[in-house]
Amino acid sequence: MAALTTGGRPGKDAMDTIWTMLRDNATFLLNGVLTTIGLTVLGFTGALVLGTLVAIFRVSPVTPLRVLGTVYVEFFRNVPLLTLLILIVFGLPDIGLLLPLFWCGVLGLVLAGSAFVCETVRSGINTIGVGQSEAARALGMSFTTQLRLIILPQAFRTMVQPLVNNFIGILIGSSLAAAVGVSDITNVTQQLNIRYAEAVVLFLIAGAVYLVFALGAGGVGAWLERLVTRSRIGGTR
Amino acid sequence: MIATPLVEVRDVRKAFGSFEALRGVDLDIGRGEKVALVGASGSGKSTLCRCINRLETVTSGTITFDGQPLPQEGRALADLRAQVGMVFQAFNLFPHFTALQNIALAPVRVRKVPRPEAEEEARELLARVGLADKANSYPAELSGGQQQRVAIARALAMHPQLMLFDEPTSALDPEMISEVLDVMSELADGGMTMLVVTHEMGFARHACDRVCFMDAGQIVEQAPPGEFFDNPRSERAKDFLSKLLHH
Ligand SMILES: Nc1ncnc2c1ncn2[C@@H]1O[C@H](COP(=O)(O)OP(=O)(O)O)[C@@H](O)[C@H]1O
Ligand SMILES: [Mg+2]
Repeated sequence: MAALTTGGRPGKDAMDTIWTMLRDNATFLLNGVLTTIGLTVLGFTGALVLGTLVAIFRVSPVTPLRVLGTVYVEFFRNVPLLTLLILIVFGLPDIGLLLPLFWCGVLGLVLAGSAFVCETVRSGINTIGVGQSEAARALGMSFTTQLRLIILPQAFRTMVQPLVNNFIGILIGSSLAAAVGVSDITNVTQQLNIRYAEAVVLFLIAGAVYLVFALGAGGVGAWLERLVTRSRIGGTR
Repeated sequence: MIATPLVEVRDVRKAFGSFEALRGVDLDIGRGEKVALVGASGSGKSTLCRCINRLETVTSGTITFDGQPLPQEGRALADLRAQVGMVFQAFNLFPHFTALQNIALAPVRVRKVPRPEAEEEARELLARVGLADKANSYPAELSGGQQQRVAIARALAMHPQLMLFDEPTSALDPEMISEVLDVMSELADGGMTMLVVTHEMGFARHACDRVCFMDAGQIVEQAPPGEFFDNPRSERAKDFLSKLLHH
């Protein structure tokens, strides 16, 4: 009986310590979560725009643009994100560009993410039959009009799932921004761990944040996919 | 003043790699003329059509349209394509737009016609091809024959001077062929200049002024339909026609 009581005490103390830690650092943790969301949403949005642009370069009839697009993708797809982030954080000041750390993180995610989004968009474009662009050309549409009105709207319908994967890649990748000092959820939990030495709990919390957002993105993707396949437009796949 | 042909094709060659799909083609199409282009599969009919609206570039030779050489690039090329309507075997409607939008899209975006005006004309064109009630249907909701009629309306909305038809009924179920040919016959009666690649010999005979027979990348024989079908001169045309009759 006595042994049980003394055995129970430290467990209860530990729980109290954890609760106190969480309560005292609620704002800090919340800011970490918000920073992760910010990095991911801005990174993905930027990657979507830039990646689509690079994909257009890669399918354009102008050879120099195609070459430029290929070089861009091969570079940013094959440089580790951490290397890229370090280059941005420590390299940009050398050329006189001082970006706040958060925006350095966003920039790294946009550059790396756009290379992957580009390949998603390009394979999406390739699923659209050549007849579509021929019909558009035969009606006198320019290359850009064709892409904007005919090809991309159809291509994006086939790209929902791959884009969700790109989104999750950027979400997970955003945790590397912690290594260059951006206070995202990974960075915040690392700092708390140094102070409280509660590694398992803290990294479970961080893990749960990523898991929830990734599952959320998957859910939105599945919903979009259903929306698209149920529409009257009919099977593009 | 001598009326120049609308289209003049002179010694046109087209190579895909080492393979020559067109081997010196000469063809004039007069204004208002309806020309049927017939020949075995692989003889170069589609390639010729695609060269005329510059979906393909020619390897050598010249094509003039309305007295002007075909432009190479940019605005002028888009203008040319806008004046040459093309109807494809596979319809190639834009699946994410309704029938009405398919027809009004290029007039609004390319010819810069105000949208209400373009949509009004699109409705008239739909009525003309017998699909007034399908304005708000998506291509996936239409039969093949209906889709092809929308595709014809879409090409007409650009007010083309020339219509190219590349086997417009070859992808259709037999019962839908006549509804498309009827629309094409009406168009022919209305004075449109037409180049029609077809295996529908009835249509070639009754709606066309001239039949051009292609074989291995050349126009081997051209004659008025009656003469071509009843007394083909070349052995290859005879052979082609006899094979058709046996099917
Ligand atoms: N883009 C292309 N690349 C290579 N060969 C082609 C291409 N387009 C057509 N051809 C070849 O050119 C020949 C003529 O084709 P086509 O004009 O489509 O014939 P048709 O329409 O009379 O059936 C065929 O042998 C075909 O394989
Ligand atoms: Mg063909």
